[in-house]
Amino acid sequence: MEALFQNIINALQWGSFYALIALGYTLVYGVLLLINFAHGDIFMVGAYIAFGVSVFVLGVQGLNLPGWAVLALGVPLTMILTAGVGVTLERIAYRPLRRKGAHRLYVVITALMCGLILENGNLALLGASRKKFPELMEKTVWTLGNVSVTNLKVLVIFAAFAVFGILNFIVTRTRIGMAMRAISYDKFAIPLMGIPVDNIIVFTFVLGSGFAGLAGMLFAMSYPILEPYMGALIGWKAFIAAVVGGIGDIRGAFVGGFLLGFIEILVVAFFPSTLRDLIAFSILLVILWMKPTGLFGVARHQKI
Amino acid sequence: MKRNLFKIGLTTLLMVGAFMLAGCGGGGGEDTIKIGFNIPLTGDIPKVGEASKYAAEMLKEDVNSQGGLEVGGKKYKLEFVYEDNESKAESAVNAALKLIEQDQVVAIIGPNSSKQAVPAGGTCNDNRVPMISPWSTNPDTTKDRPWVFRAAFLDPFQGPVAVNFATKQFDAKTAAVLFDISNDYSKGLAEIFQSEWEKKHGSGTVVAFESHGTKDQDFSAQLTKIIAAKPDFIFVPDNYNQVALIIKQAHDLGWKGPFMGSDAWGSAELMTLCGDDCKGQFFSTHYAAAGAKGDTKVFIDRYSKKYGYTPDDVAALTWDATRLVLQAIQESGSYDSDVRKERQAIRDALGGIKEFAGVTGNMKFDAQGDPIKCAVVVRIDDQGQFVFAESVCP
Repeated sequence: MEALFQNIINALQWGSFYALIALGYTLVYGVLLLINFAHGDIFMVGAYIAFGVSVFVLGVQGLNLPGWAVLALGVPLTMILTAGVGVTLERIAYRPLRRKGAHRLYVVITALMCGLILENGNLALLGASRKKFPELMEKTVWTLGNVSVTNLKVLVIFAAFAVFGILNFIVTRTRIGMAMRAISYDKFAIPLMGIPVDNIIVFTFVLGSGFAGLAGMLFAMSYPILEPYMGALIGWKAFIAAVVGGIGDIRGAFVGGFLLGFIEILVVAFFPSTLRDLIAFSILLVILWMKPTGLFGVARHQKI
Repeated sequence: MKRNLFKIGLTTLLMVGAFMLAGCGGGGGEDTIKIGFNIPLTGDIPKVGEASKYAAEMLKEDVNSQGGLEVGGKKYKLEFVYEDNESKAESAVNAALKLIEQDQVVAIIGPNSSKQAVPAGGTCNDNRVPMISPWSTNPDTTKDRPWVFRAAFLDPFQGPVAVNFATKQFDAKTAAVLFDISNDYSKGLAEIFQSEWEKKHGSGTVVAFESHGTKDQDFSAQLTKIIAAKPDFIFVPDNYNQVALIIKQAHDLGWKGPFMGSDAWGSAELMTLCGDDCKGQFFSTHYAAAGAKGDTKVFIDRYSKKYGYTPDDVAALTWDATRLVLQAIQESGSYDSDVRKERQAIRDALGGIKEFAGVTGNMKFDAQGDPIKCAVVVRIDDQGQFVFAESVCP
């Protein structure tokens, strides 16, 4: 029984990362109907930026601030810089194609390539050797019976819920959120209504990439070993989570991320750990088989 | 249309011609000896590739500064070709083929991990090129492959070493194992450990036997299961990069007991990645750098001075493996400019070496091309150094 509680906490932490990354996929898809396959790698770049910020700018080799100050200043700085990466990507890779009226398929392929460029660019720039992320906060392990929680795990889970709350508020309750939703409905009529489409799209990338940066920083704190390919697999899995939740829907990405986290952890808890991905993805396949648009998705008919 | 076709044809011809020229050019000069290195310079364990390369470079400089390697009264310069296998099985096979066909090397050192050494060993054996893996401990690497040798001890030997040491040191009756299912080395050693442990302590004494994938970063579910089974210690035959994550997460989950590791822990990078969490743990390995004597100490001092860190076991084993090849070339008596004949001569000479004094200890070779040598168990002390704890000889 205690093992079950422990596993629920494990799953909440692991699911938080899937949810945070899946939110980025779903935001961009919700506006542009573009699967931004580079998102997992933007997450990886976020982790490296967090590393750079907290070691060379604010940390021991820079201003040498104490751990809590590095954390407090590092989070916004990382988010801003990672958002910059996302916006740059949109500017140099996706916008020119959109301007030329390229089919969405080509933009998706471009996104895949951008991801590979980020991975291999990082490999060329920083080398293959792994980086060790510094410990920014005093680790406290709270133990209740045989259930252990660290303060970091609580922070991660809290962050995932907070980000979901913020994004859900922006998309459903604000004017800019309304504009974001509107673009996905009809991107030809929207400019005629006087809505600056490009600015809205940039804003979407700022949001998505900024929170990928936050996820990268939290991930680097929880699993403090960084490597250039760390974003690839988790990015793919988070994308699948977003699809299962119903891509384009904020709630879907959030629920899908936690769903995948729970399935992965609980499969290992009750079955041999070798079967984890097999069972996890079989379950997701069954969900999609019964509801192809995902849990929160709505079928949309498009003229091609 | 016709002109275009003509152009394309011409370009293709030119390219093929260029490749053929490059291929021929790869044969090397008259008096150089070309040896290939199939090592992981990128991928999961880049520090392993770096250590191999550094050790080889040091040896090459030694030999070339003397004017080259003396074979049958004539001096030959050494040329080493480093090919990156990205720490992947399929890339290791491609790297081996490239070294064999394009670079025309006479022998190959590496791959280091069994995950790459097992498939690449097959390639080298089929192409009749002598290969020595410095670090691979899985029996399959050299099994029934007359062209493949190694410089490390084998897992069927390492497994019992870990079992006996842990039984004595931790006074343990039960054990748990966490290993990488997609890594031949990790899986093979985990299975050997399990069967040895249960032979000694009775069946069911390995209370948890859990696996994970190579790219995994979260081990909390496996560790929760292991901790719930209450073993006396956890055996982790895993690469150093995953060890750092596993031990940290186990401590986060409230585990306070000991860990026992295997030789894949012994990278110079382990302590940078793992930090305080790894201190006080034990692992079995090929040599202990702290407190070494004789030739081993000379090697360690020179390497540390040149590259700024203590050489790990891969560096030492690469040094030994490369010296084995050089000795085989010398013992064959003459250097044949025909690559195929030279490869055959090196293989025969390697097969003829019965004893060898390396920096990782003395080795004797058996019929499979496997060395019979001692293993050591080291403890990670509070300064992060690997301190000798016990030596076990077959």
